[in-house]
Amino acid sequence: MELTGAEIFVECLKAEGVDTIFGYPGGAVLFIYDALYKAAEDINHILVRHEQGAVHAAEGYAKSTNRPGVVLVTSGPGATNAVTGIADAYMDSVPLVVFTGQVPRPLIGNDAFQEVDIVGISRPCVKHNFLVTDVRELATTIKKAFYIASTGRPGPVLVDIPKDITQMRCEFGYPDSIAIRSYNPTVKGNRRQIRRAIDLMLEAKQPMLYTGGGVILSGAAEALTSLTHRLGFPITNTLMGLGGYPATDPQFVGMLGMHGTFEANNAMHHSDLVIAIGARFDDRVTGNIEKFCPYAKVIHVDIDPASISKNVKVDVPIVGDVKGVLIDMLAELDERGVSPDPANTADWWQQINEWRKTDCLHYEQDDTSIRAQYVVEKLWEVTGGDAYVCSDVGQHQMWAAQFYRFDRPNRWINSGGLGTMGFGLPAAMGVQIAHPEDTVACITGDGSIQMCIQELGTCMQYQLPVKVISLNNGYLGMVRQWQEFFYQKRYAMSYMEALPDFVKLAEAYGHVGMRIEKPADVEGALREAMAMKNRLVFMDFITKREGNVYPMVPAGAGQNEMILV
Amino acid sequence: MTAMSTAKRHVISILMENESGALSRVAGLFSARGYNIESLTVAPTEDRSLSRLTLVTSGSDEIIEQIMKQLHKLIDVVKLMDLNEYAHIEREMMLVKVDTQKAGAHERVKHVSDIFRARIIDVGEKTYTVEATGSHDKLDAFLKVLGGELRIIEVVRSGSMGIARGSASLNL
Ligand SMILES: Cc1cc2nc3c(=O)[nH]c(=O)nc-3n(C[C@H](O)[C@H](O)[C@H](O)COP(=O)(O)OP(=O)(O)OC[C@H]3O[C@@H](n4cnc5c(N)ncnc54)[C@H](O)[C@@H]3O)c2cc1C
Ligand SMILES: Cc1ncc(C[n+]2csc(CCOP(=O)(O)OP(=O)(O)O)c2C)c(N)n1
Repeated sequence: MELTGAEIFVECLKAEGVDTIFGYPGGAVLFIYDALYKAAEDINHILVRHEQGAVHAAEGYAKSTNRPGVVLVTSGPGATNAVTGIADAYMDSVPLVVFTGQVPRPLIGNDAFQEVDIVGISRPCVKHNFLVTDVRELATTIKKAFYIASTGRPGPVLVDIPKDITQMRCEFGYPDSIAIRSYNPTVKGNRRQIRRAIDLMLEAKQPMLYTGGGVILSGAAEALTSLTHRLGFPITNTLMGLGGYPATDPQFVGMLGMHGTFEANNAMHHSDLVIAIGARFDDRVTGNIEKFCPYAKVIHVDIDPASISKNVKVDVPIVGDVKGVLIDMLAELDERGVSPDPANTADWWQQINEWRKTDCLHYEQDDTSIRAQYVVEKLWEVTGGDAYVCSDVGQHQMWAAQFYRFDRPNRWINSGGLGTMGFGLPAAMGVQIAHPEDTVACITGDGSIQMCIQELGTCMQYQLPVKVISLNNGYLGMVRQWQEFFYQKRYAMSYMEALPDFVKLAEAYGHVGMRIEKPADVEGALREAMAMKNRLVFMDFITKREGNVYPMVPAGAGQNEMILV
Repeated sequence: MTAMSTAKRHVISILMENESGALSRVAGLFSARGYNIESLTVAPTEDRSLSRLTLVTSGSDEIIEQIMKQLHKLIDVVKLMDLNEYAHIEREMMLVKVDTQKAGAHERVKHVSDIFRARIIDVGEKTYTVEATGSHDKLDAFLKVLGGELRIIEVVRSGSMGIARGSASLNL
């Protein structure tokens, strides 16, 4: 059957099982939009208010479902507006396929109207990208894009489609499968290395499981929980790994890293065996790399060989998919008919329980001003710990990570690697669209929310009942905290003179707005908002102005050198 | 943590898809990650769908390991090989234009070229142009000797190419 490029585009999406795409139209993609108009029954197109929002929404969709998010934007400014989101997805290994319109082929290189070299611009922040130069290659290119984005270490793939190609016709056929000779991710962990890892685990006296986003991306939460119970070892999660292991489980010692718990960071520091699983030894985690885990042997499971021994020398490298490797580890223990002897780690647990007594996340909610931590704790209670929680970037993000105890994977959706303010609200839209019946909260700050606030319009258009939890301290709080600690309280540009009235702003968009100023009103307001199942509620919590996130590992310090309250 | 080993020069051979953009992915990787490129040569192979690239860089063992992994991660890279891990041959071609107006210059160029097995490939009124091939170091030496007495007008170097000795090979 002969189809136009635009029709082929739509057929390919259908063949990939794509039900939702996020986008914004413009000249270069008008044929595609015309084809989408005719396919509206099969593909739900969400019109955002800014292309950055489209990409974050697709990320939210992808992070909450482990399926690739799909974006469509026009050439030139449409494409450049998408770049921040693409870079964000790249850093956090989010599977995305981003389609950009391009000027017609004869005009490429001509400084044509709305022309940018988006393939060149995006090259350093995509897993791969393509410029389609022949309509007969469109379908295979799209097949490759989905395949690359969603296999191995996931990531964003960009496909740039010149306008004339969307108009040309050719015979359509969608390949059932695809092989790329230069791309064959290793999925199965090496048996010998797995045995070596088990040998070390059986001997360890002070072991630590350190797990990250790879567990979530691999769908390995269940396998991780089984293995961790079997081993009886303490476990910590990175910011990206939260929910990969139940936070309410006694073996969980909290998040590690710059704002991790006293017990997690100390346990890492004193460990004799660090078992890193789908985590990449980010500098927010390791602190000063020279001082990192001085006594430990390191086992590292990661699907990306380039993650292994990048920052920290690894003793037992295991390249493979987390889930498969964990299942193989359990099988190896079964085969040998052993588990680590709890006596090996009895002293270690005693030490960890000592550290726990520091109660490093302690705060006092008095009746003067609302503590952000208190709001998050109440949110956890009110939602039964079962909401999808998206976050922006700043102090509120850290408090969300510390105080919303995630028991399940794919429920904590935030921007870790790039740390993109403005991520939260559009990401929450994507999550809400993927999970229409579930509670989706967006924890944000008065700075971050203003970076993508225009998406309140999108939420209205599609009736997305996101619950916005604004922890309004009147500061760019995270910046102010650094200035308080390290710049003698010179608060350069961390304060905004003019904040809008968020309640009225929400109302102007047709949503419900609430301002909560008293600690005593927090819980009631949350319950009231959650009861409004079909409405977006913007809850502006006026919180303590100069609150700080503790503990904190200052830049350059070792992991065990934390600032406590 | 073990201390970083010292930097060494490495010759890396890469087979990659012969597609537009593939070269800039390799070059971009080096600039983005702060690795240095001493030289880089590239041309299609007998299989037109592939290009072969030889890249000379330097770094500690840890950095070279990262470079190899990051290169491998590029979707367009099909196979690669660090020639330093094998007995290998390295060759570079150089074209040199020398000023021959000085008395005795012609003889001097011929003499030095003979010693280095270089060839005079163009004879002008005031210049000779010489073609030399050899390892990077040999060409450096050739230039040094030639330039000792004569004025060198122009030098073009291809950058190194390399191939493993014996049966070790980089192909599909
Ligand atoms: C303000 C701020 C403060 C922060 N503070 C902290 C902090 O205190 N603590 C903290 O931990 N982080 C913190 N971060 C986040 C930090 O910057 C990093 O994003 C985070 O630590 C990385 O998490 P990760 O190691 O789990 O890696 P991810 O970025 O989640 O990477 C996943 C890893 O798993 C691998 N992988 C992917 N899929 C698979 C698979 N199927 N099988 C096997 N492996 C796979 C990937 O190759 C990669 O190596 C902060 C961020 C911000 C913005
Ligand atoms: C796009 C972008 N610009 C700048 C920063 C640097 N930055 C990190 S946190 C932060 C302050 C965030 O303020 P707010 O959203 O009010 O949250 P709070 O820290 O007060 O909770 C800034 C400016 C960033 N992460 N992202």
